[in-house]
Amino acid sequence: MSIMQYNGSAVVAMTGKNCVAIAADKRLGQRALTVDMGFDKVFPMTNRLYVGLAGLATDVKTLHDRFRMHVNLYKHREERTIAPKTFAHMVSHMLYERRFGPYFVEPVIAGLDDNQQPFICNMDLIGCPNFPNDFVVCGTADENLFGMCESLWEPDLGPEELFETISQALLNAVDRDAMSGWGAIVHILTPDGVITRELKGRMD
Amino acid sequence: MAPLLEPNAGFKFDNAKRNQLLSDKGYMVPTATKTGTTIVGLIYKDGVVLGADTRATNGSIVADKNCRKIHYLAPNMYCCGAGTAADTDFTTSMISSQLALHSLNTGRDARVVTAMTMLKQYLFRYQGHIGAALVLGGYDVMGPHLFTIYPHGSTDKLPYVTMGSGSLAAMSVFESSWRPELSREEAVEMVKDAIEAGIFNDLGSGSNVDVCIITKDNVEYIRGYSQPNERVPKEQSYRFAPGTTEFIATAPAATANDAAAMDVS
Repeated sequence: MSIMQYNGSAVVAMTGKNCVAIAADKRLGQRALTVDMGFDKVFPMTNRLYVGLAGLATDVKTLHDRFRMHVNLYKHREERTIAPKTFAHMVSHMLYERRFGPYFVEPVIAGLDDNQQPFICNMDLIGCPNFPNDFVVCGTADENLFGMCESLWEPDLGPEELFETISQALLNAVDRDAMSGWGAIVHILTPDGVITRELKGRMD
Repeated sequence: MAPLLEPNAGFKFDNAKRNQLLSDKGYMVPTATKTGTTIVGLIYKDGVVLGADTRATNGSIVADKNCRKIHYLAPNMYCCGAGTAADTDFTTSMISSQLALHSLNTGRDARVVTAMTMLKQYLFRYQGHIGAALVLGGYDVMGPHLFTIYPHGSTDKLPYVTMGSGSLAAMSVFESSWRPELSREEAVEMVKDAIEAGIFNDLGSGSNVDVCIITKDNVEYIRGYSQPNERVPKEQSYRFAPGTTEFIATAPAATANDAAAMDVS
């Protein structure tokens, strides 16, 4: 078993029309034993930028703290909030810095840029960025999520439509993955603000 | 501020001991994204043509259907990358910044051999652990140049080259049809055919053909020069009616201040 499968996770982000959504399951396990049903994997970096971290939970926590420090330092030095693209490159460099002793984390970044256009990005554990214009997935349910997203996603979804699409993609993906699930959380980023919802899902 | 500053040169190895321990306990080290890849280059009458497919893979999963494998090095130089995707990305961007400083210092455009030497010395220093296999093409005062650089630091200088898992398929096209003094149209068409041979015959390569034509004072970078695998429109829509998904709580919208407990006003 790979160390990426030790705690279990499923993270997904999708673009819509002037909005973007990011969602994750809430399980924390030790292999097959579930330890926590309220483990956050998606974190706000600014009010227009969220990052989801799938992989080894200890590194999820460590990286969240380090990202937060660097986002704050950036705000301090530059006197402006960090743009999603800038943040993505920062994360990419932080992961590649440890090319030969990596953090076991695959990040997903979702945000709205200055023109309220959706931005999504994911990386492998050594920080190779990928900027598609439809959706990104990672975690133990990534293959299931790829299948769900590939069939459910369509361009120019509004915030409420995007919520239904990303939620159904995630819920049905984790139902076929034993390592993730136990509830889910969805954030929809719109120019008017962020809508955050906890989903009702199977608890087995 | 001083305590927050970290030494910022080179790789960090602070996780290496922990990762080794985990690996000794039987937890496999995860794999990074690879570019299965077909990349090619050839010299023609007026310059160099580079070509690449656009698939990135993670095991047998296609991680990116339209990724960029022809990287910018300098205004007169581009470089195709195969192997570990992160390594090709970062190696080329680092050499690119060194080349920019070099040409500012010298007041000239950097030469292609300079870039080739910098890349091979960097890769040799890491003894093949940085998994970047490159095709470097450019045009400088000495004319057109084409090199391949292997992950261990060896280099070749040839009139037509291929690299990556689709290199055999692509080379079969070049071996049967390349000749000196090709015209621009013939060269670009041959590069397209070589990449398409990789796309259709090698599972690690796929999607579209990117082409980059470098001549004396001009670069033409064509993303999606050929798109032989366009997705047909979906026949049905799987849009869900509003209210399909049950949610149990609506958390208050998080603000930037929630994210950053530290007051930086």
